Amino acid sequence: MAQDEKGAEYWRWTESRWTSPDVNWQDGEVVSAGVDVGSVSTQAVVMVDGKLYCFASMRTGSDSPESANNAMKWALDGTGLTLDGLHATVGTGYGRVNVPFATKAITEIACHARGGNFMYGPTVRTILDMGGQDCKAIHCDERGKVKAFLMNDKCAAGTGRGMEVFADLLGVHINDVGELSLKVEEEPPPVSSTCVVFAKSEASGLLREGWPKEKVLAAYCSAMAHRVVTLLERIGVEPEFAITGGIAKNPGVTTRLSKELGVELKTTDMDTQIAGAVGAALFARALYIKKLRKS
Amino acid sequence: MIANYGYKDGSGDFFISIDTDKCDGCGDCVEQCPAGVFEMVENEFDIEDDDELAAVKPDQSRKLKYACGPCKPAAGFEKAELPCVRACEPDAIDHSW
Ligand code: SF4
Ligand code: SF4
Repeated sequence: MAQDEKGAEYWRWTESRWTSPDVNWQDGEVVSAGVDVGSVSTQAVVMVDGKLYCFASMRTGSDSPESANNAMKWALDGTGLTLDGLHATVGTGYGRVNVPFATKAITEIACHARGGNFMYGPTVRTILDMGGQDCKAIHCDERGKVKAFLMNDKCAAGTGRGMEVFADLLGVHINDVGELSLKVEEEPPPVSSTCVVFAKSEASGLLREGWPKEKVLAAYCSAMAHRVVTLLERIGVEPEFAITGGIAKNPGVTTRLSKELGVELKTTDMDTQIAGAVGAALFARALYIKKLRKS
Repeated sequence: MIANYGYKDGSGDFFISIDTDKCDGCGDCVEQCPAGVFEMVENEFDIEDDDELAAVKPDQSRKLKYACGPCKPAAGFEKAELPCVRACEPDAIDHSW
């Protein structure tokens, strides 16, 4: 549903923005916003009365406040809506305290649960967020409230950043990595390490041995899937199960993951990278309504 | 809610879990832990709740195996004897190893 408006280097995911054709902010009572400043990407989302209105998703720059400003500016681009028109904004992600126009900062774990509940529906019980730099497993209830979570941010393996390094090494566009990795006739053994540095040299070795690109990618995608499965063992997978974040768009990892877990993945027609920002915008709406009730 | 902080690597599972429903925000774990693993944070999971909660500091959660390294043998490898677990009256803290 999101359209690409900006080109980027071939191995990088494409930045995007979107406005809903069905929602009008002028008719809304509560206009709330969420900004998810991650280590790799930043998303800004605006919701009108709890409906998705517009969003922008772009790379995080070296400066968090500036990234938040830029993403929101781009999201609002052409809508006629300005920062002053936002009733409340919640910042989330690792740069959540650096969103200059935010009313409050809320942990991305709570936001992903809330956003996942909105995007995949109230039957979702396990959300796996595979983002740029870390991986989180979250159990939530039918209202998107967190019941348990586990976060792994020790290394870049199993993350978007790791996948970018691979795409770069093989000269494959990041958006094509997953599809390409599924083109193998026979599943190769996974690379032995998902640690980016080791995996990279292992992959270079395999290429020299004459492995085709898709086979190397398959070996990496399945190593990544397997690593996440072992991480999930700690918290368990309660159906229904959904993946958010950039890696959710990589079928090379998601199909292998759901196969190994033996559970089906829920799908959404929304951009999986905006889940945290959507959750933040829903929290912003709740905070604003809470404030109105009090006064 | 059960909050799991830590990581898994080749040498094992190193997680500290905090049951936020049990945690009463007393702050005793922060005081008793010799390695400064814990901190008190705002409850960002429930916007209706204004009380503070115990959490593992982000930089500590990436090196728990080492942060807790001296404590484990000192407590005779008994979970119940760890300073953090002993300090926590409502029994909100657990260790995976
Ligand atoms: S085991 Fe010791 S170092 Fe580790 S959290 Fe408990 S009190 Fe702190
Ligand atoms: S000692 Fe237990 S109850 Fe007190 S703050 Fe720490 S975890 Fe919470």
